[in-house]
Amino acid sequence: MGHFVPHTDRDIERMLADIGLSSLDELFEVVPEALRLAGGLDLPAGMPEPDVLAEMDRLAALNRFGSDLICFAGAGAYDHEVPSATKRLTFRSEFVTAYTPYQPEVAQGVLQALFEYQSLISRISGLPIANASLYDGASAAVEGVNLAVAAKKRPTVWLSGGLHPHWRATLATFAAGTGHRLVDVPLRNGVTDWSAMDPAAAGAPVEAPAALVVASPNYLGAYEDLKAARHVADAHDALLIAGFDPVSSGLLAPPGDLGADVVVGEGQPFGTPLSFGGPYLGLFACRSEQVRRLPGRLVGRTVDTEGRPAYVTTLRAREQDIRREKASSNVCTNQTLIAVACMIQLSWLGTAGLREMALRCARGTRYAREALTAIPGVELLTDAPTLREFALRTPVPATVVVERMADEGFLAGVPVGLDGGVVTDSGDALLVAVTERRTKAEIDNYVSCFEKVVR
Amino acid sequence: MSSVTPTAAAPGGRATSAPLLGRDHEPTIFEFSSEGRRSFSFRTTGLPEWTAEELVPAGYLRPEPVALTEVSERDLVAHVTRLTHRQYSVDLGAYPLGSCTMKYNPKLCDDAASLPGLAAVHPATPAALAQGWLELLWSLGDSLCEVTGMHACTLQPPAGAAGELTGLLLMRAWHESRGERRTKIIIPDSAHGTNPASVTLGGYQTVTVPSDERGLVDLEALRARLDSDVAGIMLTNPNTLGLFEEDIAAIAEAVHEVGGLLYYDGANLNAILGVTRPGDMGFDIVHMNLHKTFAVPHGGGGPGAGPVAVSERLAEFLPGPVPARGDDGTFAWRTPSRSIGRVHTWYGNALALARAYSYILANGGDGLRRVAEGAVLNANWLRHRLRGTYDLPYDRPNMHEFVASTTTLKKDRGMRALDVGKRLLEKGFHAPTVYFPLIVDEALMIEPTETESPETLGALADALIAIAGDEPGEGAAAPRTTPVGRVDEALAARVLLPTWDAVAAHDAS
Ligand SMILES: Cc1ncc(COP(=O)(O)O)c(C=O)c1O
Repeated sequence: MGHFVPHTDRDIERMLADIGLSSLDELFEVVPEALRLAGGLDLPAGMPEPDVLAEMDRLAALNRFGSDLICFAGAGAYDHEVPSATKRLTFRSEFVTAYTPYQPEVAQGVLQALFEYQSLISRISGLPIANASLYDGASAAVEGVNLAVAAKKRPTVWLSGGLHPHWRATLATFAAGTGHRLVDVPLRNGVTDWSAMDPAAAGAPVEAPAALVVASPNYLGAYEDLKAARHVADAHDALLIAGFDPVSSGLLAPPGDLGADVVVGEGQPFGTPLSFGGPYLGLFACRSEQVRRLPGRLVGRTVDTEGRPAYVTTLRAREQDIRREKASSNVCTNQTLIAVACMIQLSWLGTAGLREMALRCARGTRYAREALTAIPGVELLTDAPTLREFALRTPVPATVVVERMADEGFLAGVPVGLDGGVVTDSGDALLVAVTERRTKAEIDNYVSCFEKVVR
Repeated sequence: MSSVTPTAAAPGGRATSAPLLGRDHEPTIFEFSSEGRRSFSFRTTGLPEWTAEELVPAGYLRPEPVALTEVSERDLVAHVTRLTHRQYSVDLGAYPLGSCTMKYNPKLCDDAASLPGLAAVHPATPAALAQGWLELLWSLGDSLCEVTGMHACTLQPPAGAAGELTGLLLMRAWHESRGERRTKIIIPDSAHGTNPASVTLGGYQTVTVPSDERGLVDLEALRARLDSDVAGIMLTNPNTLGLFEEDIAAIAEAVHEVGGLLYYDGANLNAILGVTRPGDMGFDIVHMNLHKTFAVPHGGGGPGAGPVAVSERLAEFLPGPVPARGDDGTFAWRTPSRSIGRVHTWYGNALALARAYSYILANGGDGLRRVAEGAVLNANWLRHRLRGTYDLPYDRPNMHEFVASTTTLKKDRGMRALDVGKRLLEKGFHAPTVYFPLIVDEALMIEPTETESPETLGALADALIAIAGDEPGEGAAAPRTTPVGRVDEALAARVLLPTWDAVAAHDAS
């Protein structure tokens, strides 16, 4: 048979004979003749392995990356170090080629790794419950909103204007089905201006929200005041959903400590390469009182028949296979392998390493920001303090800067705009990120090219 | 009996020699922690060494570093490696988990998706500098349209359930564009749980249609449920019993008649590759589970990829951006004119998409048809071998999987589907899917896939037949050769310990 079908012609003959058939076509007699595909699929013939790899190589060579296009882009996808230990361990085929742990007795490896992952995410988020992963940052935000609306039985949710524009877009897409009303809260000076929602300022009575959603640092890199957001949430008996940057959590107080009820985030920075945007990792944590509304899988520790510690997916009655149309979420397959990578990476970093990583990002960012803003005509988009990312106004539009900087060997950043206080994914400003991988020499070179191309 | 009697040989897909290192439990990573120990190392940058206090405004700085673990790289590697020794996987042995298509995942796809020219590319790289990625995604979408008989495709949905919800939102947008607000979606009683869960999130009510004695959608019951409030129907074909819905043309006609759309749950696409296509059957929207049909490994529960392909009239509603090819052969991002919007932060699980593309290249059109032939041959052969030992509630030609049951064995000797699964673990195989679909009592849903050899299948059949002859009570004691014995699931739910901190607090109390 084909490439990965082991059967010989003799195997097929014998097996067909065993079941009383004489040809493979007879296997498909249950398919009405009119529906059978005559002439086969219109696809090229199968290729030998080296030819496939050569074709994939050809495609890969058409992309620019790495030392040929040094990365100063962020926007939720960061060029962090993925150490050999994380790479090697994550690619262990026992993790890679297992299914969801439905049979816990032969899935303790994945289950324990997920338990350790949940433990680590709980600590960095400052909340007691973390699930076993969601698809990406945007899907975590969507699930957070669904949880809050179910908890508060109110359809309105306030979204900070500083959210990732693609999270906002994804939230809007799914709100078409759930009927949630998403209300934008504008930024002022780079941070969310909750006072815009005062009935007096809004000029009309406002509908009480089920939740406030705010990211800190926000898309422009600025710190948000989560304690203030908590007060606003309390005034409306709403939940506070905080988007967080797990790397910055090495330096910043955890959102759970500052009053967030739900913490969501993008886990790509821990152990996952840029990957053209996926597979990434949706981080999701919440308070204990919300655990029965938790989306996705949750691993719990228990014992086996001999009293030894063992792990199993638990509180399964929330999930789609049991609850069906009343489930808390439709998630089945999640991003387990990426969560395992995250667990390995966070263990490799450890207590001191996470802090050091955040510190190094912040140092590079400050160094680059100071040098860039010394260029005539280059200014910060907002003067709010930032940690690991910042937005610049430049004398020429951002798309032009990106194009010209590519010729100099840099991915200069990501174009960004502000529309009525709400961040957009296109515009004349440039969002720049600096990770721990960027050296002083690279930044100096970037800055001098930048100075040249914005003239 | 069968002329294929492979028990004498050592079947490649049977994992009885797995290296399970004793029966001690593996401590958590937190227990290996020792103050001051470290693994990390960072690049030499030459940057000024500003302190945290100089970098972060006072009110925001965390007073103490977040406590993680402090382990050496050697201990971390040993811990994680030992965890892998406590894990079953396709690379270890056969995994006949029904509905999950646990086929062997060719290693070449791992290498293809690891190429730095794919894995190290930032998603915001301008299209002009990422032509390889756009061409790859465009070509994959094109191939998937050919396989499904559809017109256009989005690669954004990161899993099957996300594809379902995307499809339902496409239905909603389509009906709304025609000024209609329909409220109901029909699904069969044999449907996977993600279907009704997605229906709710799509803002629709679920209406269930029963299966008839053949195990197929009851056409009369379906007709009775169809009216102008029905937005559409979700089906998988072959269905979750592994049976081909022979009346699909009549179903499509009846649903289209009332203005509804047909959604194809592609979880079972492996059975029909190159044989028949959802588009030819009358479906309007199709999701695929690339992590089933196209050999993207499951990663212990993900990541997968759940692209959605649609017929021409729905193409302009697809999530954007989608890769498009210009007349000059270059590729650009394009957002369809009436797009429902994004369903993923970026473009979907891109590296999983690259794996699937390399799998399609390796197989080609002819190879994909052979995949279906092998899958259907293996499943039918296995059903024949189990006849007379297990109940076969729908004993008719099946496609890539079939559902057996222990109803009689339970009545006679107390043997449950769960017990059979646990006993199979002892015999070096993964268990089948148990208790799904819900319409079969004591269900064992078995999907051998095309990549298992006749020898492995024979050994699997022998193991299942031997288990049926077990002494009463043996099943309840299983599994005894696995890293842990049966796990106390009730305790896990009663005393919730989802983190190491919760364990520590519980132990202290
Ligand atoms: C029939 C069926 N439909 C839908 C799904 C959902 O797919 P996913 O797990 O990728 O979300 C599955 C897989 O578990 C399935 O078997």
